[in-house]
Amino acid sequence: METVKLSDSQRKSRRSRNIALGLVLAGLVALFYVVTLIKFGNGMVH
Amino acid sequence: MTLIDNHEAVGMEGAPRLSEASARDYFELLKPRVMSLVVFTAFAGLVLAPGQINPFIGFIAILCIAVGAGASGALNMWYDADIDAVMSRTAKRPIPAGKILPEEALAFGLTLSAFSVIILGLAVNWLAAGLLAFTIFFYAVIYTMWLKRSTPQNIVIGGAAGAFPPMIGWACVTGGLSIESIVLFLITFLWTPAHFWALALFKMRDYGAVGVPMMPNVCGEGTTKKQIVIYAVLTALIGICPTLLGFASLGYGAFATVMGLGFVWYSIGVLRMPEGDERMVPAKKLFAFSIAYLFAIFSALVVDHVIAQVWLNAGGIA
Repeated sequence: METVKLSDSQRKSRRSRNIALGLVLAGLVALFYVVTLIKFGNGMVH
Repeated sequence: MTLIDNHEAVGMEGAPRLSEASARDYFELLKPRVMSLVVFTAFAGLVLAPGQINPFIGFIAILCIAVGAGASGALNMWYDADIDAVMSRTAKRPIPAGKILPEEALAFGLTLSAFSVIILGLAVNWLAAGLLAFTIFFYAVIYTMWLKRSTPQNIVIGGAAGAFPPMIGWACVTGGLSIESIVLFLITFLWTPAHFWALALFKMRDYGAVGVPMMPNVCGEGTTKKQIVIYAVLTALIGICPTLLGFASLGYGAFATVMGLGFVWYSIGVLRMPEGDERMVPAKKLFAFSIAYLFAIFSALVVDHVIAQVWLNAGGIA
């Protein structure tokens, strides 16, 4: 089985992409949570 | 089979291609400078529209419009990678620079397009989402794939894509369209030719080298300069329409008149530029002023509206 070693720049850029993707996903979770509160919040109160 | 040494990825047969693209390279695909203009004009549409919108929903609306515009930029870079590689202005973009593969940019653009439209529809309203979807389609397909390489009127018609954001912002609040939102659309739509042809004049060789039929290459410098003046005059006239239609004050009207006269003045400077001028200083000045003009006009509309609201509320209290 042949193995491939990641170069420093490949590892660094992948880490940067992973962090960005993680932040985007966390942001989406927060966004949907707050939108749900806003959209259904009033209805639930009444 | 090929296995990465630390068991993090399994590749295909042969030498695997491991991306060195950073998150910043993907951000560059979104054309951040164009996006800033879109964010600004969409915000203006949102503020100027009559009615109320929850501030967080308003923020989501701007975010979706910005991401949708960015997605169309990524699709544009995917399709235009061949000519971007040749032109000096675009040769450093992520695809021609070899940082991102065209198919990666395509997937990125399509994914962001779908997400921005669906979230705008779910969180705000489906008319605004429909307009955003149409804007993305118009820029990526009508402009990039069809008009850009086939007619010197490319940016006149294609300019509509960049002019839709304030209309989408307006639709986010009102759920509809109106004459006021059409005027906001027309300000950017009529501004685009003078702005882009000023750039095309001093980047003429670039466009000529890749066979993109920009006005200066196809119809000549003289015709382009005349048309720049015509569009500058039209932009100056539409710029004062908000006052004439009653949704901006006389103060705004005076400011828009001065800015419009400045725009026409700089365009006349381009008209007087000698044929074959190598430095093209008047064209560069017009290009710079055109950016300032659009920001100033939309800023003035927003400030004027906010002052009017504050004045109205103060009168209500008294």
